[in-house]
Amino acid sequence: MTPSRTIQVNALTRVEGEGGLHIRLKGNVIEDLQLAIYEPPRFFEAFLRGRPLNEVPDVVARICGICPIAYQMTAVHAMENALSITVPHEIRQLRRLLYCGEWIESHVLHVHLLHAPDYFGCTSGIQLAERFPQEVTRGLRLKKHGNELLEILGGRAIHPINVAVGGFYRVPRREELARLIPDFQWGLEAAVAATRWVAAFPIPEMSRPYDMVALVHPDEYPMNEGNICSTTGLNLPFDEYENVFEEEQVQHSTALHSVYKQTRACYHVGPLARVNLNFDMLSPMAQQVAAEVGFTVPCNNPFQSIIARCLEVVHAYEEALDILQNYRPFAPARQNAAYQKAEGCAATEAPRGLIYHRYQVDEQGKVTFAKIVPPTSQNQRQMEDDLREYLPRLIHLADAQVASECERLIRCYDPCISCSTHFLKLTVDRG
Amino acid sequence: MSHLAESKLKLAVFKFASCDGCQLSLLDCEDELLTVAGLVEIAYFLEASSTIVKGPYDITLVEGSITTPHDQQRIQEIRRQSKILITIGACATSGGIQALRNWGDHQEFLKAVYARPDYISSLASSTAIADHVKVEYELRGCPINRHQLLDVIRSLLAGSKPRLPAYGVCVECKLRGTVCIAVARGVPCLGPLTQAGCGAICPAYDRGCYTCFGPAYQANARSLIQHYRSQGITGDSLIPLLRNYNAHAPEFRDISSRLDGKFPLPMTGT
Ligand code: SF4
Ligand code: SF4
Repeated sequence: MTPSRTIQVNALTRVEGEGGLHIRLKGNVIEDLQLAIYEPPRFFEAFLRGRPLNEVPDVVARICGICPIAYQMTAVHAMENALSITVPHEIRQLRRLLYCGEWIESHVLHVHLLHAPDYFGCTSGIQLAERFPQEVTRGLRLKKHGNELLEILGGRAIHPINVAVGGFYRVPRREELARLIPDFQWGLEAAVAATRWVAAFPIPEMSRPYDMVALVHPDEYPMNEGNICSTTGLNLPFDEYENVFEEEQVQHSTALHSVYKQTRACYHVGPLARVNLNFDMLSPMAQQVAAEVGFTVPCNNPFQSIIARCLEVVHAYEEALDILQNYRPFAPARQNAAYQKAEGCAATEAPRGLIYHRYQVDEQGKVTFAKIVPPTSQNQRQMEDDLREYLPRLIHLADAQVASECERLIRCYDPCISCSTHFLKLTVDRG
Repeated sequence: MSHLAESKLKLAVFKFASCDGCQLSLLDCEDELLTVAGLVEIAYFLEASSTIVKGPYDITLVEGSITTPHDQQRIQEIRRQSKILITIGACATSGGIQALRNWGDHQEFLKAVYARPDYISSLASSTAIADHVKVEYELRGCPINRHQLLDVIRSLLAGSKPRLPAYGVCVECKLRGTVCIAVARGVPCLGPLTQAGCGAICPAYDRGCYTCFGPAYQANARSLIQHYRSQGITGDSLIPLLRNYNAHAPEFRDISSRLDGKFPLPMTGT
């Protein structure tokens, strides 16, 4: 009889939030594979009910400290759709600037401190800094730019206070933003250099038949709006999200899994999906550096997501610079609208991928219903699926190595577990 | 010179129910991160490092609140392993935004979010770390102020007692030179009740303080709330201001419950 083998990662590291992985093998056959998110539930959707709608951006920010903007902005757009508020171009531009700040801060953190150490056998960004002092220091400086932008425009980097339904509480003065320009000029060059560095990593070969899903917009690289499109030909207005996708609960995770309603199939969201679907909309410099390092679409290698992330950082710097250089203060800082009983939804692009919110509000402007679908819960099934494909390559290794290889694959998704329950313990059962 | 220079202090960071924002504040010390990492041994910090060194730890930072039976046990073990335990953020110091469940029907919340609530293990209450174990220092805020965190780590490295502000946000507002929006424009601002630390950001961005740093020492909540009510501001708009990230801090819990007649679960209810 073949003995059973259990491999367990009790706590995934260098990911946001808490989760584990449990694998049970019988010989070389995977009997069970569970990505268990055991982050305690926090019930945001339940306690948003009854609260004033103008507070929702502040509350949902607290779902995740790494990508609060994505939560704030998706909520804001959903509320504005409910109340039929259209914001002027100036507000829209400042909001894109805010997304640029979050993408830079979040992507650079992931690339340098969480993900790059994997390629050099280091256990942390701090250890990596002993080998690559210049590169890590450059990364920290880039990350700081993202945070500074958020601090000026949002009031602070984690849980910004300046985002409002209809616009902002206060718009920045010209000089407040202008003083970032020299740093962002340096940062654009540095982001290109970081992309070159990352593209030369020993990146494993792997190709998956992904169904990638991201927003697509006719005029711009998607951040705050667009149609929901997929590499298999889906093209839908964002408000049809729930007609196509659905969340289901699994016993082993406090985060819900999203799947296609009809086929129950999983899909892939995040920077790789965005780049695949929107390559032509990347900024000129991002396209140029992609060509230089030989990154082409379609790209179905999850390990190359780190390059996609870097290209998005280059894009974010270029777009941010453009907005910073052309910024003129304007008034009013926000659009107001009368409260009415209404419903609205929105989808935007968080650093980790598509995020969807839907709210109902009453005549007093209080929330009566909230639904929030974070990117990590959409990727959860896909991560399990990838691991099933990847495991046979690893089975000959010792348990500890299997575990760490699995973690590396999961880390490509930059999973944010706080978000998805709102990561990772690995158990491998060898049978 | 630090008397601890010969052997590096072991630093651990643990997470309970939270958004990771407070521990991220440590990684957001871009200019100081590598220096700090040179001064202490990062023994346990899952978000940042895959190296896990067993306890005991000299300095333990705890983020997040207690919301599951398992976590009630886990915090006891962490306490046993820690010389100095510092709670970071509103979740850890007062139960966080998830303490809103303390006013609601936990079973109903579970059902609202999960099709199979029976798969989920969670407590009916969300409580602060200090409700369960002894805590040496508390860093307030949602999120904490990273400069405050660095100050505390620096003081402990130097073998001195960290100093945390005991004054209110109004003082920071004055220092920043912001015109008081409560006085000048009648905006309900909870700065007078709130412990300093954020730098009085909200009034500087034309909005009232929503008290993410929790109650200030000797805050007179009743009198401020009475003042706003006499100006025609309704309980309906004051309750959500008081009942958010530090809702379960005793001062806010009591005054907000007085306003709406609903009282929360006792501190350690399950
Ligand atoms: S206090 Fe706020 S920032 Fe800190 S972990 Fe809790 S929700 Fe996040
Ligand atoms: S604006 Fe608020 S925090 Fe500032 S002085 Fe006035 S009441 Fe105090």
